[in-house]
Amino acid sequence: MLIKVRIPTPLQSLTKNSAEVKLEAGTILELIENLEKNFPGMKDRLIDETGKIRRFINFYVNEEDIRFLKKEVTVLKDGDEVSIIPAIAGGCQTLVQPTRLNGLILILAK
Amino acid sequence: MNFELTEEQIERYSRNIILPEVGGKGQKKILSAKVLIIGAGGLGSPCAFYLAASGVGKLGIVDSDNVELSNLQRQIIHFRKDIGRPKTVSAEEKIKALNPDTKIETFKERLTSKNILNIIKGYDFIVDGSDNFPTKFLVNDACILSGKPFSHGGIFRFDGQAMTVIPGKGPCYRCLFPEPPPKGAIPSCQEAGILGAVAGVIGVIQATEVLKFILGTGELLVGRLLVFNALQSNFRIVGVPKSLECPVCGEKPSIKELVDYELVCDMQDPKQKEK
Repeated sequence: MLIKVRIPTPLQSLTKNSAEVKLEAGTILELIENLEKNFPGMKDRLIDETGKIRRFINFYVNEEDIRFLKKEVTVLKDGDEVSIIPAIAGGCQTLVQPTRLNGLILILAK
Repeated sequence: MNFELTEEQIERYSRNIILPEVGGKGQKKILSAKVLIIGAGGLGSPCAFYLAASGVGKLGIVDSDNVELSNLQRQIIHFRKDIGRPKTVSAEEKIKALNPDTKIETFKERLTSKNILNIIKGYDFIVDGSDNFPTKFLVNDACILSGKPFSHGGIFRFDGQAMTVIPGKGPCYRCLFPEPPPKGAIPSCQEAGILGAVAGVIGVIQATEVLKFILGTGELLVGRLLVFNALQSNFRIVGVPKSLECPVCGEKPSIKELVDYELVCDMQDPKQKEK
């Protein structure tokens, strides 16, 4: 299945600035593997240590969120368009870490 | 709405009033609305200008920063003479000069889990124009817990995103992205940057959502994420279903009180850390 994949700006450094790439894949998992083969380093940015898609990155098949389809095993068919959309904040992409879940202390580095 | 428009108001807002979707009645709604803008920056500046120009009755502005030279490329409410002044003071001055109908309340403080509920309490609608994930998730959670509608906006390089959240009537930002990126996640600050006009596009979309909400007209970006790419000049919409597993508005929410996240940026140069 030939799939068109829209690459978000933060990942375009891996695709030589291409905003769109075309790949063979039958499922989202295969698509991620093939992205990694063609653009090494991609998988690490999409998948966490437990093998799940990172929680601040979403995959859409023809505008539908795969979390509401079959997640990583969502089946792709010829001509499908997959968009990868990460959370974005401001001009300076900051990295964050949960501190205390009970919200007692706030440490905001300026 | 127990007041009449003055002659000056009828003239000032005539291009609003002439729209059947607005009319005198809608303009009175705008003049009675209270909107809080979080961040007088790239998103907040154009949003504040359009809302004030439209006659929004009360604008709250939250920002703890002072104006810096590098802000002026996109934070159009601040001028060269404002460098070093609090953004709240600078923004208040411009809004007052533009439209005396708009009352201003400023909060020169950083939003935290302790102060946010009190700050948003007196407003009908919240605009998230913050530049960082800790604030974005805090705003989402606070708005969901207190039932306040808000507009989410995000920008990065040539990309922009916008979504409107109406608690109880659709998904929230955590339905879309359950958690902020953890420490060590990429993209990093080295890949930062934002084309000034992209901030303008998204900030103005947020202002438009506010006005539609006040007027009760049109279709809000509820359950839909608007994705803008300036390089390709395209807008796309992806569906955002309400997530039953959402940690804040799902069936079994794990977040019942506000969570603060630590803001960590791995760049050493403090100049790079500003928005």
